Amino acid sequence: MASPIEQFQVKPIIPIINFTNSSLFMIGSAALIVGGLLLATRNRSLIPGRAQSVAEILHDFVATTLTDTAGREGMKFFPFVFSLFMFVLTANLLGMMPGFFTVTSQIVVTFALALLVIGTVVIYGFVKHGFHFLGLFVPSGVPKWLLPFIVVIEIISFLSRPISLSLRLFANMLAGHIALKVFGGFVVSLGAAGIGFALLTPLPLLMAVAITALEFLVAGVQAYVFTVLTCIYLNDALHPGH
Amino acid sequence: MADPTQRNGEDERKPSGSDDADLSARLSSLNARITKASAQRAEAEPRDRPTSDSSAIGQAFRLTAEFISGVLAGGVIGWLVDHQFGSSPWGLIVCLLLGFCAGMLNLLRAAGVVKTARSDDKQ
Repeated sequence: MASPIEQFQVKPIIPIINFTNSSLFMIGSAALIVGGLLLATRNRSLIPGRAQSVAEILHDFVATTLTDTAGREGMKFFPFVFSLFMFVLTANLLGMMPGFFTVTSQIVVTFALALLVIGTVVIYGFVKHGFHFLGLFVPSGVPKWLLPFIVVIEIISFLSRPISLSLRLFANMLAGHIALKVFGGFVVSLGAAGIGFALLTPLPLLMAVAITALEFLVAGVQAYVFTVLTCIYLNDALHPGH
Repeated sequence: MADPTQRNGEDERKPSGSDDADLSARLSSLNARITKASAQRAEAEPRDRPTSDSSAIGQAFRLTAEFISGVLAGGVIGWLVDHQFGSSPWGLIVCLLLGFCAGMLNLLRAAGVVKTARSDDKQ
């Protein structure tokens, strides 16, 4: 039986330029997003067709999420947030195809995305607000003697954000794909273990089907959660020290 | 399902070339509808939140990540401090403990137990 972790191995496809299956699926998701959206918005009409409706729903969904959390000024980050959402969603969903590589199950990828978010927050925060941005770390209404302690904790809490952001997406995708593989493996090994055990094979098979459905849900939800948290962090950059 | 209020809100910002009264009347009625719709959404929001990711495993993953990341961040900072100032192992010990506190803070904030004045208790 194949190891459940084998699916996460990064294998070189073109070794000379270090082009791996991970790079292939990253480029694939990006190409799919750009191609799909270009195709959907090719004949723009007032009454949208099916493809255009999908594109508009995606746009409105992200725009609503962004304005709900970060307010109207948040819309200047719309291209960034929309790209993030689409990339994570497409990579998650592509990973659900049997035999495909899941880009977001690599902590390197999710951590790089999270660093991008936090980097944007920090740079924009300092450019926009200067040292007032540091007010983010000083909560109001704290006793004086406790303040240095709290500030250090707040700083660590802030630094832990990219970690939690990346860890959550990574862990969800990893755990889901391992669970799928394990239940798939159960079907095979029970079937091979003799007639008595073979009668039990429908049980893990049903479980695998259920987990597949759950994984599609998780793929969407995690992309959404990633986006919402991005919006919340961007909100901190836009309005620090509330 | 496309949210019509959003797009209309953007149209409204665009300056229109002709300033006739009919258009401005329509805009103001639209504005009233937008404020009504967004007010409705705002009040629907808090009740929606817990149910939207109510799946217990999702919640568990979320809270776990919040806590672990706090401790990890503390550990990394402690290690860096030790590496920089040769204060091993005190930097690691102190920063791990502080990281534990930060993780707890993250956890309580994510669970909505601690309400600070900060904006991130919205999550």
